[in-house]
Amino acid sequence: MTATYKNDFLKEVEANVEDGQWVKMCMQCGVCAGSCPLGPHWQHSPQKIFMMIRAGKREEVLTSDSMWMCTSCYNCIVRCPRKLPITHIMHGLANYAHRLGLAPKGQPTREIAKLFWDNIVKTGRVNELKFSLAMYFKDGFGQGVKNAMAMQGIGLGLMKAKRLNPMEMLGGHTCKDKGGIHKMIAKAREIEDRRKGLSGH
Amino acid sequence: MADIKYAAYICSGCGIGDKLDVDALEKVATKEGKMAVVKSHPFLCSTEGVDLIKNDIANDGVTHVMIAACSRRAKAEAFTFPDNAVSRANLREGVIWVVAEGSEHDEVRQEMAEDYIRMGCAEIKKMTQPAGNPNKAQSKRIMVVGGGMSGMTAALAAADAGYEVVLIEKTAKLGGFASNLLKRVPFNAPYAEAQPTGVEELASKVSGHAKIKVHLNSTLSETAGAPGRFIAKIAQESGAIAEETVGAIVQATGFTPYDINKLTELGGGQANVVDQAGLEALAKAANSGAIKRADGKEVKSVVFVQCAGQRGSGGNGNGQHLEYCSGHCCATSIKQATYFKDANPDVDTIVMYLDLRVPGMGEDFYRSAQEKGVIFTKAKVNGVSGGLSGEMSCKVNFKDLILDEEATVDADLVVLATGQVANAGVNLDEWTATVTAAESGDAAAVQRKSELQKISVLNLNYRQGPDVPQFKYGFADSHFICFPYETRRTGIYAAGPARRPMDMFQAMEDATGAAMKAIQAVENATHGRAAHPRAWDLSFPKARLEGCTQCKRCTVECPFGAIDEDERRFPLFNEERCRRCGTCMGACPVRVISFENYSCDTVGMQIKAVNVPDEFEEKPRVLILACENDAYPALDMAGIQRLTYSAFVRAIPVRCLGSANTIWITDALNQGYDGVMMMGCKKGDDYQCHFVKGSEMAYYRMSKIDDTLKQLGLEPERVQTHEVAITDNARVARMIDEYVAQLTELGPSPMKGFG
Ligand code: SF4
Ligand code: SF4
Ligand code: SF4
Ligand code: SF4
Repeated sequence: MTATYKNDFLKEVEANVEDGQWVKMCMQCGVCAGSCPLGPHWQHSPQKIFMMIRAGKREEVLTSDSMWMCTSCYNCIVRCPRKLPITHIMHGLANYAHRLGLAPKGQPTREIAKLFWDNIVKTGRVNELKFSLAMYFKDGFGQGVKNAMAMQGIGLGLMKAKRLNPMEMLGGHTCKDKGGIHKMIAKAREIEDRRKGLSGH
Repeated sequence: MADIKYAAYICSGCGIGDKLDVDALEKVATKEGKMAVVKSHPFLCSTEGVDLIKNDIANDGVTHVMIAACSRRAKAEAFTFPDNAVSRANLREGVIWVVAEGSEHDEVRQEMAEDYIRMGCAEIKKMTQPAGNPNKAQSKRIMVVGGGMSGMTAALAAADAGYEVVLIEKTAKLGGFASNLLKRVPFNAPYAEAQPTGVEELASKVSGHAKIKVHLNSTLSETAGAPGRFIAKIAQESGAIAEETVGAIVQATGFTPYDINKLTELGGGQANVVDQAGLEALAKAANSGAIKRADGKEVKSVVFVQCAGQRGSGGNGNGQHLEYCSGHCCATSIKQATYFKDANPDVDTIVMYLDLRVPGMGEDFYRSAQEKGVIFTKAKVNGVSGGLSGEMSCKVNFKDLILDEEATVDADLVVLATGQVANAGVNLDEWTATVTAAESGDAAAVQRKSELQKISVLNLNYRQGPDVPQFKYGFADSHFICFPYETRRTGIYAAGPARRPMDMFQAMEDATGAAMKAIQAVENATHGRAAHPRAWDLSFPKARLEGCTQCKRCTVECPFGAIDEDERRFPLFNEERCRRCGTCMGACPVRVISFENYSCDTVGMQIKAVNVPDEFEEKPRVLILACENDAYPALDMAGIQRLTYSAFVRAIPVRCLGSANTIWITDALNQGYDGVMMMGCKKGDDYQCHFVKGSEMAYYRMSKIDDTLKQLGLEPERVQTHEVAITDNARVARMIDEYVAQLTELGPSPMKGFG
C-alpha cells in the first residue's frame, strides 16, 4: 500500500507511463476538465487524475475507468496552458493499468481495443466481419444474437453496397508475408517492453 | 508693491468671439470689475498677445492680470508672469464649449461669461503674487533609516545621483532581513533558479561609498524640523548622541515576520514547525548539504503551508491573524522547496496552497520547481500536530480542495508561510490616546507612552506624534495610486515592506523611487517651494494670530502634520512641511489662515461677484466648488469633448475640497444661490484625494452643515457633496443637469432677495 501524498506513485508513473513525467507539471487550473466533451461521464477528470497520482492514490487511479473514456479528441491538449500531452497520458495510464492487469474488467473501450488488436495481429489486416461479430458476441451468445439481429439491416445494406463480404468468414484476406508481420510485432513488443523496463513480461 | 494696477485681457480666439459679445464682456470688466486696463485680443496666447500683456506690465505699470480666455489648466506657460498675480476666467472650456448650441441659449451663455469675468476681477483684487519663503532651507543631505536591502538601495541611488547620504542602522551590520537568507527569488531570465542575495556586495558598496555615512548600532532619539532642515539626533551604542542635519528622509525600516508562536492551530511553537525565516536558517546551516531539523534529523519530507495566518478567513489558520496577503511568500516557499530538491531530489516536498500567487515572472519559477519535482497541492490546512519530540514527525491535516476530501500527511518538517508585519513605528491614534490619558495622570498610560517612544522609528517632535501616519494594518500611509512613496509627513518617504508587503525585488524598486522623491523634496525645499502636487507653488499659509482662538483645528486637520504649536499655544506653521492644500484654511472657524494667492477672500469675493437672478427670473444659480486635481479637470474635459451642461452653474476651482471653508457655503446661500455642489476626490480607505484627508474633512464638515441649513429654513438638498474622479467628465455633466433639474423642482431658494 502506497502512503498517500508521498511521491512513490508519481515516480512509478513517471517511469512506466507514456509521457508520465508531465504529470507533476499540471497546475490544477481545470481547463482540461472543462474542455473534455466526455467530461460529465468520467468519474475523475484528467485534472483530478493528475492530482490523484500526486496524492499517491495508486489503486484508485489504476483501477479507474476514467482514462479509458478518452476519445482522443485533443481538446485538452490544445487548451492546457501548461502544454501537458493529456491525451497521451490518458492512453499511457490505460495501457499501464492494462499491462498490470488492474484495468477494470469488461470496460467497453478496453474490450474493443483488445478485440481489434487480436483481430489485426492474426493476418496483418482487420477482418471487419469477424471483428463486428466478435463485438456482438463479447457479452455472450444470447446477447450476440440480439445484437446481430438489431444490426441486420445495416449488415445487409453493407453487403449490397459490396462493403461487406460474407465469405470473409472463411479465413478472408491476409497479408503477403503473415509470418513477417508476426515477427515485426514481436520485435516491436520487445522494444516497447525494454523501453518500459518490462523485459520478459 | 507700491501702486497696484489691475488689467483684464479678454481673448476672442478659439470661437469665444463668435459665441460671446466681447464688447459687453469688456464693459463688465471695466464698469463692474473696475479694471484699469481692459483689452481684447483675437489670439491672446500667441506671442503677440502675450507681448501685449508683457508690455503693459513693463511700461504701463500693470501689476495684477486677469485673463479671460481658456481654462487655467490650458496655456499655463504662456500666461505665467513670474512677478505678477494672475487670475483666469474660463470662457472656453467653462462656457462656450459646454453651453448648448443655438441662439435660444445666447442669453444664458453670455450671462455665464459675464459672471466669470466678474469672478476673475473679484479674485485678482484679493490676490498677491507670492514672495516666497524668505527662510529657505539649506540641507540637501538625505537620511535613510534602515540598512536592509531597501535602505541600502535608497542610499546608493541618492548617493550615485550626487547627494550626501546619512544611513542609520540599528544593528551592528548592514543587510537587514536579507542577510538571513540563503538565496533570493530570481530577478532575471530564465527565472528558473534561486539566486545569491547580493546583500554582501550591496553592503560593501554602501560602506565604501564616499558620499554615504553609515551609523551602525544607532537609532533616532529625536527628529525635528522640516524638509531641508531636519535635525536628527542619533543615539549611538556608546550612549552618545550624534547630530545630523538632513533635507529629507527615506524610511526603509522593513518588516518583522508575524510571530509564529501565535499560530498554535498550525503547530506554531512546536519543535519541527518553522516559519520561512526559520527554514532559511536551517538551509544556511546545511551549507548545500541535506537540510536537517533542529534536532539533527535529516529532513526527508517537508510540507509548506501557505497563507499561514494571512488573508483572514480566506487563508490558513483560524482567521484571527493578518487580514492581508503578503505577496512574496508563495514565491519564497517555491524557492525554499527547491533548496530541498537541489540538495536531494528524493525529499518529498509538498507546497499546500490556496491560491498560488506568483505575479510577473514568478510563473516561470513555479514551473521550474515543478520540474524539480516539488508537488503543489491545493489544500486548506486544518491543523498541524506532532513534531513535539525529536523523532516524531509532524502530521498535517488538510482538505484536498481538488479531490474534495480530508487527508493527512506525515512530514519531518512543516514550514509556515507567515506574513510581513510592517516596522512603521507608532500608531498615531494609539499615541494620541495614550498622551491624552498620560496627561490626565493615568500611570499605565505614562508607562505605555515610554514604551511607544521606544517603538518609534523617527521620534519626530511633531505635535501630531512621533511617526508617520499609518494606513490600516499598520503600514505607512501613502497615496497608493499617484504618489506611492509620499507619506503623510512631507519630506519623509517610505520604501519597502514598511509601506506595503512586498518581495525583495519590489523593495529595491521602491527604494529607488523613494530616493528620487527625497531628492525632489530637498530641491523643492531649498527653492522654498511646495512638494507634490503643487511643486511650483511659492505660497504658504499665513495666519493672522491676533484673530486665532487657539481652537487647534488647523493643527489637527492638516493631513501632513505641518503645524506645531508655539510657546503661547498658537499654531506654528512649518512652511517646508506644508503641501499647500489649504485644509487648514478650510478648517479655521475664524478664517485667519490664508495664502497670498488663495484665501477665504479670493473665493468668497468670487461667490459674491456672481449676479444671482431673483426668484421671478426662473434661472437657478448653482455654485460649484471643484477640486483642482480631479473634479475641475473633469469639468474641463467635459468641455473639450463638447458635452453640454446647464449654463446656470458657476464653477470655482479649489486646491482641495478640504480647503473649502463653510463660510463660502453660508455666503452663497445667504446671497440667494439655489444650490451648492462640492466636488472632491474619493475619500476613505481607498482614497484618491491628492492631499489624503482633504476630501474626507470636507465631507465631515458638510455633514455638520445640515443644522445651519435648517436654521436658514433651507432644504438639505441645497448643498451636495460628490466624489468625482478625473475620468468622470460625462458623469459630471450629467450630475450637473440632474441637480439643476432637481433644484428647479424644489423651487427658488427662499433666501433670494435677503442677501
Ligand atoms: S483528448 Fe481525451 S481527455 Fe482530452 S478532452 Fe478529448 S476526450 Fe477528454
Ligand atoms: S489543463 Fe493542463 S494544467 Fe490545467 S488542470 Fe488540465 S492538465 Fe492541469
Ligand atoms: S503570497 Fe501566497 S502564501 Fe503569501 S499570503 Fe499571498 S497567497 Fe498566501
Ligand atoms: S493643511 Fe495643507 S496648507 Fe495647511 S499647513 Fe497643512 S499642508 Fe499646509
